[in-house]
Amino acid sequence: MAAIVTDNLVKRYSEVTAVNGVSLEIPEGEVFGLLGPNGAGKTTMISMLATLVRPTSGTALVAGHDITREPLEVRRNIGIVFQEPSVDDLLTARENLELHSMLYGVPRGEIASRIEQFLKLVNLSDRGDSLVKTYSGGMRRRLEIARGLIHSPKILFLDEPTLGLDPASRKAVWTHIRELKERHNTTIILTTHYMEEADSLADRIGIINQGRIIELDTPEALKRKVGQDLVFLKGEIDADALRALPFVKTVERENGHYKISIEDSGANLQALLNAGGRITGVEVRRVTLDDVFLKFAGQQIGVDAEEKAEGIFERIAANRTVRK
Amino acid sequence: MNFYAIYAILLREAKIFLREKERILSILISPLLFLFVMGHGMAGAQSPVPGFTYQQFIFPGILVMVILFTSITYGLYIVWDKRLDFLKEVLAAPISRATLFLGKALGGMLGALIETLLLVVVGALFILPQNPLQILLCLLAAFPVSYMITNLGLTIGARMKSMEGFGLVMSFLTWPLFFFSGALFDLQTAAPYIRAVSLLDPISYSVDLMRIIMLGQGYFSLWTDLGALTLFCLATTALGVTAFGKLQQEK
Repeated sequence: MAAIVTDNLVKRYSEVTAVNGVSLEIPEGEVFGLLGPNGAGKTTMISMLATLVRPTSGTALVAGHDITREPLEVRRNIGIVFQEPSVDDLLTARENLELHSMLYGVPRGEIASRIEQFLKLVNLSDRGDSLVKTYSGGMRRRLEIARGLIHSPKILFLDEPTLGLDPASRKAVWTHIRELKERHNTTIILTTHYMEEADSLADRIGIINQGRIIELDTPEALKRKVGQDLVFLKGEIDADALRALPFVKTVERENGHYKISIEDSGANLQALLNAGGRITGVEVRRVTLDDVFLKFAGQQIGVDAEEKAEGIFERIAANRTVRK
Repeated sequence: MNFYAIYAILLREAKIFLREKERILSILISPLLFLFVMGHGMAGAQSPVPGFTYQQFIFPGILVMVILFTSITYGLYIVWDKRLDFLKEVLAAPISRATLFLGKALGGMLGALIETLLLVVVGALFILPQNPLQILLCLLAAFPVSYMITNLGLTIGARMKSMEGFGLVMSFLTWPLFFFSGALFDLQTAAPYIRAVSLLDPISYSVDLMRIIMLGQGYFSLWTDLGALTLFCLATTALGVTAFGKLQQEK
């Protein structure tokens, strides 16, 4: 059974259309990464699925329950880690976790042991009895993650879960996310700005821009769409000659150099350099998810000549709706 | 209705209330000023009720004033919860809005009861001797007032965007509720238009109920007071649950 199915989900605020017709299906046990620039609609999307915001139109089933008609059933099955800190400043970490466990119906006999277990997980055991207002930003974040997990939800929404965490804590959170997926088959919806995070955690990635999902695939497949390797050339480059080569996917000029995406640099680099003209500088690297993100969500409509026509029209249409 | 969740919310409110001791004391300052400065300052004034001084006469009214201020302030504090995003956590919990609302309303009552107890004891010692039964009845009578005023505060707080509205609510709602209630004068001898407004003021019936308990006589009958308070409690519950039902995550 699919953990989440959305059907043409729309959220319009008075001036903006935050989510503009999203239809998705996320199978159980998948880690789904939702990527997009600021204001693309990620948080609104998650808020609707978590029943915190009513959709303007469209429907969604979360854990088999309709988000507008059975919000309580939906909430029983989900956990959320919000983007903005939402732990209670005036309570201690233990009290925060206790309150949450009581509200989410954790069996009474298990509350105490789970609190200890999850405080330990996020390395807060020794500060568990301090008021949260004495915590640093990273500690709050960790407490929130513990809180989102303590009632062992079937579906977990993580809205920028590692924002503001130091690298060690970030790695610890990643490890735990992988464990949740492997041991408990938890479905995880993750939004993030860190491409590295999405790349290493997500089974599939949806790139959302201006309220629409514009690309949806595995990280590998997305990277393949951009090309396997990127070559940066400086000098007097014959761009047309390069475009004529069969292994070259795109050629773009940016800040004084050419960015060329090609397949398999090992086999083809020599041929590329031979055809390139008078070259004064070369740099080669693998395509990362950053490149994918910039290509699909980088607001560079019209720059990329090889963009699918349908994609352009969709974006222009999305653009108009936003302006209205 | 999820009673365990109501208990959880109540527990949180109690912990926070007891941790902010300055707030407990600061709420008591203005009633004590009324009671002792105004009460003693107007020592020569004729008390509307024979056998009692003016200070003793206003004591039940000042008691209701404490409940009124504690409850409305508490209710409006939900704006802070919204600003600090704490509310999001509770809004996302698998509990109905009615459960959340009742937990909050009971939390507000708890604070009001603590304040009432403090003031009743101070008053019983220095102003108007009260037997334990009367003190107990005072606490019981504090329930409906604090409940309906907390509801009112929560209803307004749920719609307010920032704490800036706090002063407006105090000027346009809290103080009028207090002054028209007859807490400081006798409704019987008041100008007719004041009496007419007082009939619509829920606080009038609360003050009257306290007077019946503490002075042994009031303006309305006991049943009128209880009936009116029940109606106001039900009405404000409906208002509050509706307002909470509409509460969505702020964007």
